[in-house]
Amino acid sequence: MPAIEVERLRKTFKVPVHRESLRGAIMDLFLRRHKEIVAVKDISFRIPEGEICGYIGENGAGKSTTIKMLAGILVPTSGRVEVAGYVPWRDREAFVRRIGVVFGQRSQLWWDIGVIESFRLLRKVYRVEEADFRRRLDELTETLQLGELLHRPVRKLSLGQRMRCELAAALLHNPSILFLDEPTIGLDIVVKTQIREFLKKLNREHGTTILLTTHDLQDIEALCSRVIMLDEGQIIYDGSLQELKERWSRGREVRFRFSEPVEPSGLAALTNGLPVRWTAADEESARLWVPREIQVADVLARLVGALPIQDMSFKETGTDEIVRAIYQSGSASVPAAGTAADAPVPAAAAAGNASVSGKAAGDVSSPGEEAAKDASGPAAAAVGDARPVKAKGAPASAGAAAGDVPEDAAGQEEAGEETPGKKKRTEAQVRG
Amino acid sequence: MASAYLEFIRIRFLTMLAYRVNYYSGIVIYSLNIGVYYFLWKAIYGDASQLGGFSAAQITTYVAVSWMARSFYFNNLDREIANEIRDGSVAIQMIRPYSYLLVKFMQGFGEGLFRLVMFMLPGLVVVMLLFPLDLPKEPWRWAVFFLMILFSFLINSQINLLTGMIAFWLENNQGVISFKRVMVDLFSGVVLPISFFPGWARTVLEWLPFQAIAYLPGSAFTGTLSGSEVVFAIGIQAVWSVALILPIMLMWRAARRRMFVQGG
Repeated sequence: MPAIEVERLRKTFKVPVHRESLRGAIMDLFLRRHKEIVAVKDISFRIPEGEICGYIGENGAGKSTTIKMLAGILVPTSGRVEVAGYVPWRDREAFVRRIGVVFGQRSQLWWDIGVIESFRLLRKVYRVEEADFRRRLDELTETLQLGELLHRPVRKLSLGQRMRCELAAALLHNPSILFLDEPTIGLDIVVKTQIREFLKKLNREHGTTILLTTHDLQDIEALCSRVIMLDEGQIIYDGSLQELKERWSRGREVRFRFSEPVEPSGLAALTNGLPVRWTAADEESARLWVPREIQVADVLARLVGALPIQDMSFKETGTDEIVRAIYQSGSASVPAAGTAADAPVPAAAAAGNASVSGKAAGDVSSPGEEAAKDASGPAAAAVGDARPVKAKGAPASAGAAAGDVPEDAAGQEEAGEETPGKKKRTEAQVRG
Repeated sequence: MASAYLEFIRIRFLTMLAYRVNYYSGIVIYSLNIGVYYFLWKAIYGDASQLGGFSAAQITTYVAVSWMARSFYFNNLDREIANEIRDGSVAIQMIRPYSYLLVKFMQGFGEGLFRLVMFMLPGLVVVMLLFPLDLPKEPWRWAVFFLMILFSFLINSQINLLTGMIAFWLENNQGVISFKRVMVDLFSGVVLPISFFPGWARTVLEWLPFQAIAYLPGSAFTGTLSGSEVVFAIGIQAVWSVALILPIMLMWRAARRRMFVQGG
């Protein structure tokens, strides 16, 4: 039996639409207009027991809304959820005993009382036997190094200290499934590493199933065997991180340093006939982009000996870049005619991978294909050195809307469900 | 599980104790209120021996006792719930294996107990020294009074739960909360006993739950209600306490489906 099973899960929110001007405000008083926002659109997935699964996506993609439905906080609009054999929202009180939840942005400890008193209260709330509680607490105190924190009031803890206590609080009742909503947000690298190690250990020793959302892809790299990527309420990727990298990685970059000046124009001649691209910085160094389908050795065979190479280094496309490209192509997958001209680079970013897009289409909702069509030849060639700079069309309005709209829905509203063509969320620069 | 709910009473009591300085000012405000109404009623009565079924001595006692009782049953559960809904911390409440409303209720009770012990009882002693009160001699009236203000707490808190939950539907229900507060103070009989209202208003108020909060226990305590009337009054309180459970449950069920979580 999978730990988490989700089928055609959907959540819509109704948000009031405010009219403008004083007249509008008065009309709002008497007749409020509402708009439906689909935060999660009919998603399906299964997570087997003992898996650590990363759930990623941009702000407003619907991650938190999903987690909240899985944790029994929100009632789905339609679809089926089963977690640990329960329908979360229906059997909430019985169900939540089996899960632990940590919200990175919200404390579940009682602000005014000491940490240990919060833990004791949780022991009673979850009806944990005193002996079990002691054993569990000792274990958590040791692995999370809570020792001297236990007797301090929560309000006097630093964020890192509090986060460790939050984790302990979520695990005191030994849940078999753990939901983490941005658990490492705002933490320094030491605490982040500590928490990652702890989660790995927890998963290894207790077989705890973990589903976490994060914006820090290092969390994913360190922990997750599987990644589910969400965009505008839909799953655009579900699979291993390795596969994600292999499919979407555009290639690698080789950086050269020369011991004596080299004429940049001579470089291109050396690799004539190969689909590689030079971006010469100056006479003493150069960068060469090699697409995935070419063996680096084949290229180097032509260069070594011909060039006075002093030093050489390789750079793989980072997960960060890959994910960024997917986010952008995910939104570039539904462009109106005008959009391609406005934002050629997101298209180009995906185009580097155009050759795999057919393969990827099974899992990924064909952003690659669409993008490839939009990408003109030179743009695709420029991809090696493309530095997509993401500038959302209206981040400010998203922020403003967040005041009275659930955060997850805010992005949706701004994107404007029915008019994807209008979306002008990406912009990029091409260098080189 | 019951022990967890009791724990919430205890912790709220201790938290209130930690912030007890807030309550010193409360004592002054309550004493002032009682003093103002005491002299106001004395002026209204003048030479009259009886108005609205109350003698002059009874009305002053009624005012003092009603205000002291108010300190016990009064709470800000509506505001607390509205705030938790508005800032999204209600999400944390939903991941715990307990009933959110029951926990809120218990916290309100912890607060009520704190005020009873730290505020109402000492306050009553102070008031007795300041004003010549006509306290009942029969021990049973005292016992009945404490039973009845327990119901007052119950009914008032239930109304607060209902008011607080309106925040699920309104972006800002501060107005509703203030309106409810004025209504409770006016129609419960703290300011003016129900028997002073004109006949038609009295009929309406007798069908509303507010009189069960202050007017009935106050009247039973001051002796304007006879023995059998007291039993009837307790019956009314009990009926309201039970009757209000249904709308609360219906509203909660509707709220669960409507729930959204502010701020992610």
